[in-house]
Amino acid sequence: MTQKNQYKLNVNGQTVEVTAESRELLIYTLREKLNITGPHIGCETSHCGACTVTIDGKSVKSCTMFVAQAEGKEITTIEGLGGPDALHPLQEAFKEHHGLQCGYCTPGMITRATKLLEEIPNPTEEEIRFGMAGNICRCTGYQNIVKSIKAAAAEINAAKEAAQ
Amino acid sequence: MIPASFEYHRPKDMAGVLSILEEHGDDARVMAGGHSLIPMMKLRMADVPHLIDLQDVGGLAGITVGDTITIGAMVTQSDIILHDALADAAPILREASLQIADPQVRYMGTVGGNVANGDPGNDMPGLMQCLDATFTVVGPNGERKIPAREFYEAAYMTGREDDEVMTAVSFAKPAGGHAYEKQKRKIGDYATAAAAVQIVKDGGTCASASIAMTNLSDTPVYSAAAGDALVGTSVDGDAIKAAVSAMLNDIDPVEDNRGPVAFKRHVAGVILARAIERAWARA
Repeated sequence: MTQKNQYKLNVNGQTVEVTAESRELLIYTLREKLNITGPHIGCETSHCGACTVTIDGKSVKSCTMFVAQAEGKEITTIEGLGGPDALHPLQEAFKEHHGLQCGYCTPGMITRATKLLEEIPNPTEEEIRFGMAGNICRCTGYQNIVKSIKAAAAEINAAKEAAQ
Repeated sequence: MIPASFEYHRPKDMAGVLSILEEHGDDARVMAGGHSLIPMMKLRMADVPHLIDLQDVGGLAGITVGDTITIGAMVTQSDIILHDALADAAPILREASLQIADPQVRYMGTVGGNVANGDPGNDMPGLMQCLDATFTVVGPNGERKIPAREFYEAAYMTGREDDEVMTAVSFAKPAGGHAYEKQKRKIGDYATAAAAVQIVKDGGTCASASIAMTNLSDTPVYSAAAGDALVGTSVDGDAIKAAVSAMLNDIDPVEDNRGPVAFKRHVAGVILARAIERAWARA
């Protein structure tokens, strides 16, 4: 029963094929097979959100999905949002407003926040706290995370307006 | 955390699902969003040699709103929250869904999984009992309907047979005021106590009331006596006290990491009183 299968995924715009047992959790496929180490393993019990990725437009905890379930799906991780040369507005805002200390929760936080801002482009503090409730941070007390997301929302909205 | 090995199936239709269930019997289990089952598999508390993923099976993700409301088993809590027509027709569903787990889990967690799982901590079973919903299951002998109020036998034991699959829940468009009130220790936790309440007001008097409680027994608890205690009253303090007292006769909480029995009974009373007050104010 340790049979391995081929799974085709689309990760950050690239189609990749991996060989894995069906029981492999997506977070392990990403980190260990694809060397995509932005999504972190925190609690590994669906609580902390450090492993959050976007799958077909939904924020998903990748420790609670088998790679087999993700076959054929479009997956975006923090690596797909921006890099050192071109930070995503959320990455920039987290840097600017001290939205992180140790940084462990940050990839999951930012990946979740991209989806939150798609759904609610101009969120109130309450909406941010409610929409980010699946991500735990033990450093910041959340204050600066809220501030960062607000700042990024303003930045994204201003860029959208300028483009129109 | 690595679950035991399993063979993964992703059939394209219900006939495919049923034939795998028939072939493998107890060794096969269907999975909707997986956010109850996968954690149990990771802890090796559930051993599922044949896992049947329902994601490609069509016809399970619809919501129809009319005098009767039908919700497909694969509809997620997130789908419910975002569905405005459903929120207009049966606002208690959105109110309850917003109190389930966290955003990531709500994108994956389904109505079917939540009601079929049989975990006393799930919120939808009590909610469906409050709404007097009917569950539709399909098996080798075709479709069968089971009332939510008769579905739950004990923790994880339900009226669904092993070779049957939950396909939909349906209920009459609820009338009157609603409330889903839940006390939990933290986001993502199951309820210490939760109450689902629908109340119909006629003039200043309660014409009917439906009350169900979550995580206060090994099944959800529909308390007909608690509802009856409100009918014919003006839902004043005395009536609410009588309803709470009737509800307390029907629940049977056990001590666990959410607290001792006396605490749970206390919380159940507070939560139900709040739910009744809010539902009455909206009725």
